[in-house]
Amino acid sequence: MRNYDIIIIGGGVVGSAIARELTRFRLSVAVLEREGDVCTQTSGRNTGMLHAGFLYKPGSLKAECCVEGNREFDRVARELDVPFKRTGKLIVGFTEAHRRRLEYFIERGRTNGVEGMELIDRARMDEIDPSAGGNFAIYCPTSGILDPFIYTVALAENAVRNGARYHLYTEVTGHEKQDDGTHVLHTLGKGDFACRWVINSAGLRSAKVSEMLGIPGHVLQPVKGEYFVLDKKAGAFARIPVYPAPTDRFTFDTHATPTVDGNVLVGPNSVNVDDGEDYGVSQAGMDGLQESGERMFRHMKREYYIRTFAGARPKRVDPATGEIQDFLIETRDDVPGVVNLVGIESPGLTSALPIARRVVKLLKERERLEVKADFNPVRKGIVRFSDKSREEQARLVAENPGYGEIICRCETVTRAEILAAIHNPLGVNTVNGIKVRTRASMGRCQGGYCETRITAMIREELGVAIDAVELGPKGSRMFTGTVKGGAGA
Amino acid sequence: MTHRQAIIIGGGPAGLAAALRLKERGVDDILILEREHRLGGILRQCIHDGFGLTRFGESLSGPEYAQRFIDRVEAAGIEAITDCTVLDITPDKTVTAVSRVHGFMQLEADAVILTMGCRERTRGALATPGTRPAGIYTAGVAQSYINLQNIMVGREAVILGSGDIGLIMARRMTLEGAHVKGVYEVQPYPSGLPRNIEQCLNDYDIPLHLSHTVVEIRGRERLTSVVVARCDGRFRPIPGTEEEIPCDTLILSVGLIPENELSLAARVELDPRTRGAFVDEHLQTGVPGIFAAGNVLHVHDLVDFVSLEAEALADSAAEYLKGGGLPACGLEVKAGANVGHVIPQKISGTRDFTLSLRVRSPLKDVRLTVRQGDNTVLSKKLRKALPAEMLQLAIRAEKLSRDADVEVSVE
Repeated sequence: MRNYDIIIIGGGVVGSAIARELTRFRLSVAVLEREGDVCTQTSGRNTGMLHAGFLYKPGSLKAECCVEGNREFDRVARELDVPFKRTGKLIVGFTEAHRRRLEYFIERGRTNGVEGMELIDRARMDEIDPSAGGNFAIYCPTSGILDPFIYTVALAENAVRNGARYHLYTEVTGHEKQDDGTHVLHTLGKGDFACRWVINSAGLRSAKVSEMLGIPGHVLQPVKGEYFVLDKKAGAFARIPVYPAPTDRFTFDTHATPTVDGNVLVGPNSVNVDDGEDYGVSQAGMDGLQESGERMFRHMKREYYIRTFAGARPKRVDPATGEIQDFLIETRDDVPGVVNLVGIESPGLTSALPIARRVVKLLKERERLEVKADFNPVRKGIVRFSDKSREEQARLVAENPGYGEIICRCETVTRAEILAAIHNPLGVNTVNGIKVRTRASMGRCQGGYCETRITAMIREELGVAIDAVELGPKGSRMFTGTVKGGAGA
Repeated sequence: MTHRQAIIIGGGPAGLAAALRLKERGVDDILILEREHRLGGILRQCIHDGFGLTRFGESLSGPEYAQRFIDRVEAAGIEAITDCTVLDITPDKTVTAVSRVHGFMQLEADAVILTMGCRERTRGALATPGTRPAGIYTAGVAQSYINLQNIMVGREAVILGSGDIGLIMARRMTLEGAHVKGVYEVQPYPSGLPRNIEQCLNDYDIPLHLSHTVVEIRGRERLTSVVVARCDGRFRPIPGTEEEIPCDTLILSVGLIPENELSLAARVELDPRTRGAFVDEHLQTGVPGIFAAGNVLHVHDLVDFVSLEAEALADSAAEYLKGGGLPACGLEVKAGANVGHVIPQKISGTRDFTLSLRVRSPLKDVRLTVRQGDNTVLSKKLRKALPAEMLQLAIRAEKLSRDADVEVSVE
């Protein structure tokens, strides 16, 4: 049985931030992740927005963590080498009711400590982004966009660099408490794990895990959102995220957001669902996105579609009223050795590190944590050829001929980058794992050119058998074998 | 910076044919840049036969057809760099490329020949509803796995779209022991060639369902089924006609898109109908000295015509390179009734040229007419005209005047 001081269930952005923050101390830390990679669920299925914090109730954890996370993110992005742009954001209105609601949120933003928000007219909007719909808007300068995949990967890699262990494909199925207080976690096919502290960061499954750990009663309502990804040709028109005025339930409908790589995301819609892990998109949903997206973004056109996706926000709700509740970060005296995180949804990406620090604080209340002198907060990502100037590209190719071989033509991803991704510190070996680390196959041909090359490289580099190459989720086998009488080339 | 007379982007059938003809026309300083490890382009994975019937009078496989050109390119001493991807072309014809062996290159050219071919339309562009499991492949990707890597992509397949590669793959997968349950085409007529419907579907009892599409993809890890439905005249699924078909593989053959990212970088203007460049009778784009032919210009159904078009391009490019100047093309060629698009879109009215066009929908017993003002340049009876079959006509200069636009119609 493997034994750790602390085990985190769930390697999403929050679990990985917690792992990273805990490696600042003399503790053995492990993350048990059900999937074959981090950021396959909610952490990787969102708008990639660094929120400012004006939407949330003053004094709430959502407001506090979001504002705190927003303020520090320039430094975090530098430390962890995360693609990030502080673009600002427009929240646009069409009607007088919208105007009143926007004024309310400027006030709420001030209370929460969000700086620089102002109500602007159409003329100012045209200066900022003529593609934006609406008659007037809030301009919020502190909002930003980041790569949610790379951020999660970076936190996880930095945690590993500082001594944490990631156990992928490790689904926790049961929990027992020994007499001495040790927690034993049973897993599907990966044996038992023992620890002094369990941290529940299981996202969409956090209510179930909470119950398993001895804290029943929390209720999650998954809210599904569908998105379109638009071609970079549309991205050329999008300078800044454009959101509609919040609804009377204080949530945002469809927005149009440039990604940090230059695409545009149009979405999400919001549908309460029973199964938060059903990521199928519907015709009705996409028809709706096309219609509402056009109001936010004047270049929402069918010719720019390159992909659709869906994600789900695990909202914690009051079982009696159904009302949406704040993030929950709790320890309980009657359930010792457990830190329980439930209902971490938007703005969870922005709040990940502040949430992690609050988890550390709760631990510090229970035991003395010894600071590790050799903790290194810096993580370097894969050098991206396409981001470099022509001079730097020439230098890279001269130093390493692997940069002279383009594997993904749409996103100009080189062999050197794919190799670095295949040999990633977490040991991820799926096609999607390579994709989120390099952008290979994220472009307009969607892997038509590079996928055959990437699967061949995974087989060669890692010795993966033909029928074991997986697209993403466990069991997502890409091939059924060889042709008649053929050995795979 | 290295300077070359002609740089050819892409060593597939168009690029190879253009190189050979340029050489024959006395252009000696030619460089082919090819991103794959070998010359030949998409033909390398097209191991079926039927290539070369027009050109060589015999039925060749794709690799055999390509090899005839590759052998001659090598014999002619034409330089080709493989494993070399072009990153950028500027309007003043500076080409930036990288290769493992040659490193980072910037080259100047007097003429740039665009022969990059095309790519496949994807599920994402269709926005087909449902999940995103493993087991969904475009036909060309499946063909690459099966024919170049010996890897089998699935056992129970449904094919969406009746493009030629999809039809070819229906047969190929059947021969490899897979069960192809059917081909579903949203239009009321096939998009592939009649001979492929016959030889790839009918000969293997694979059903073709016209006016049908896939309305949902199911399965979390690997594809488990697709839901198909009948479509109305506006391609909208008809509620109540849905049928779930268990399968582990969905092959998409839903259209090819000329690959013009580099053309756009060079500020070449594209025709929204062909998604290739606007070209004149010299196959010159709007940027002087940049020429285009083959699938990068408009999607062809037969490689024989790709080779011919590239040779016509090379004739003009050679003339351009000799400095004589090409006649200005001020007359527009317009797509009239029932015509989807035309190539070229501009002519001078002083030279013979080849007119290529496709009709918008299947037609029977019609007349193709090329008019210039009140003057009928050409009139031809057609027993049938199919969108799947490109029509090509030789237009004689002596029939043309220099003072009116041309209109092509089929009715």
